[in-house]
Amino acid sequence: MELDVSFWLTQFLNGLANAMVLFLIASGLTILLGVLGVLNLAHGSFYMLGAFLIFSSSIIKNPSWFWVGLLFAPLVVAGFGTIIEAFCLRPLYGRERLYTLLLTYGFTLILDDLVLLIWGRDYKSVPIPALFEGRLTIGDFSYPVYFLFIIAVGPLLGVFLWFILNRTNFGKLIRAAATDSEMLDALGVNVNRVFTGVFALGAWLASLGGILAAPMRSVEPGMGVEIIIESFIVVIIGGMGSYLGAFVGAVLIGMLKAFGIEILENFAMIFIYALVLPILILRPRGLFGETTI
Amino acid sequence: MEGSSSNKFSIRRLTGSVTNRFGVTALLALAVLAPFLVQNDYYIQLCTEILIASLLAISLNFLIGYTGLVSLGHAVYLGVGAYAFALLTKNVYPSMWAGLIAAGASCALLAWFMGVFCVRLAGLYFAMLTLAFSQVVYTVAYYWRDVTGGDDGMLGIPKPEIGIPGAFSISLESFTNFYYFVLIIVAALIFLAWKIANSPFGRVLQAIRENPERVEFIGLPVHRYKLYAFIIAGTLGGFAGGLYSTFQGYISPDLLYWTQSGEIVLMTILGGMYSFLGPAFGAGMLLFIRDTVLNFMEYWRIVVGGILVLLVLFLPGGILGFFEGWASRLSIGGNDGDDARS
Repeated sequence: MELDVSFWLTQFLNGLANAMVLFLIASGLTILLGVLGVLNLAHGSFYMLGAFLIFSSSIIKNPSWFWVGLLFAPLVVAGFGTIIEAFCLRPLYGRERLYTLLLTYGFTLILDDLVLLIWGRDYKSVPIPALFEGRLTIGDFSYPVYFLFIIAVGPLLGVFLWFILNRTNFGKLIRAAATDSEMLDALGVNVNRVFTGVFALGAWLASLGGILAAPMRSVEPGMGVEIIIESFIVVIIGGMGSYLGAFVGAVLIGMLKAFGIEILENFAMIFIYALVLPILILRPRGLFGETTI
Repeated sequence: MEGSSSNKFSIRRLTGSVTNRFGVTALLALAVLAPFLVQNDYYIQLCTEILIASLLAISLNFLIGYTGLVSLGHAVYLGVGAYAFALLTKNVYPSMWAGLIAAGASCALLAWFMGVFCVRLAGLYFAMLTLAFSQVVYTVAYYWRDVTGGDDGMLGIPKPEIGIPGAFSISLESFTNFYYFVLIIVAALIFLAWKIANSPFGRVLQAIRENPERVEFIGLPVHRYKLYAFIIAGTLGGFAGGLYSTFQGYISPDLLYWTQSGEIVLMTILGGMYSFLGPAFGAGMLLFIRDTVLNFMEYWRIVVGGILVLLVLFLPGGILGFFEGWASRLSIGGNDGDDARS
């Protein structure tokens, strides 16, 4: 069989672009798990909200729509996350974890129907922003510029997140809260505010993922509950609370899906589960996980 | 932050005042008379669905309320039971009993297999593994077109008549007949569940929920008890799946999707996981609310989600749990459940 280099390269890059979107969602999810111990079932809904908000801003007939949306939509979603955390999640931290799980499930239901109510049931498509239209061609090989943009943005945001977590005061507080939030509280830090900040950061990242993914996927209600499963798998593989693990896990899943489809068409997801079930059973803390939740 | 015995609802015994003889008799009488009370095929069907959902929610409560294991994959039994019934009655032999036994047995086997792995994990890891397993089954059902019909699902699942061949037979095609058939099966299985829950075995499960380490110290095999609870929950769920299959006559992989699992958890919590009949009450509430809201608009999930959020924030013991707690405070002076600790 002739080795078709440009075909496999395309698959590889597709996998990478999907992985970057997945990373944005999973990184927020994993930090939430590590710091708050909350499995946020509504995290996919933030991703969905981001996608629908960028759809709405794409209706504006002005070339700057994408950038305006990219700037403001995540802020709106993060503000929404702040409200959910401060008013609904905060009273539940002392209680059994089942209740936080249920609360976020409740918001999944609400947000899914809210999106239906506002935007309707039909599939939406978001155009590729003018700056990234067209394809990059090198010899026989050509690839859409927008996908390359996403592949570049992913690591950039990763570095940005690393900087926040490791080089800023806020990051120091986040890491301290993950280790021992009671001690942090005793030291006079307003832990509630740290928690709210973490939740808002997670919502911001997830909606950013939704915005970036919108031009390459169809935007529809239900995209949130779908992506959350893949994000969980990434978090499980990488280890709950590990942000590096989320990156590795996302790339692994992206590749497995991109190449798995070539081998077994519809059963690509089976490869993913074949990877994730042994990890959950044998090493539930994941590949990079340190925190026991 | 792990669930602890400091939670004021977790030390309550699971036999609330509603499970006393009078309450159960009244409930059973209501269930028997329901078709005469509603006098309407549409509502008889709704009542049938509520009965099936009640069995499903009570089966899940064996894990959540009794053993303290939050499963996010219970829809797997609804789905597998439903597919087992459909495959057997459509492709092999159209018998109601054979179909139901196939549904229960296949789920018992599945739960045994899954349980071996799941019960070794606790908390969120348990929830995640059950979720992952159920999604595997969903993926298989979705893509294995030749057997399951893929995302088109399966149509024309029969309601085989029951009786003794050659002697007599009862058709279940009429809504009322089918309702009574489901009522008998569900009541029998719920009675069985109640017997198990109140046996010494059921008490051990509650002890595991409260303090697994202490149960281990006493010398009881915690993992094995958890596995038994897992299998019981799965088998009962499988029967509910089989009944659902023949009730609807149509099934699709959506039955196995994780949001369906979330809905079953919701029913359980809505009614109250620390009372035996609470989940059944929650199942009735959820289906009734959905039906009522759907008369006005299609966005029933906003209403149910909103109720869930309010409930979690203000009534964490569930609706029936709240009334039982209230009733028992009236009768024994606010000291309910403290004896369960000693």
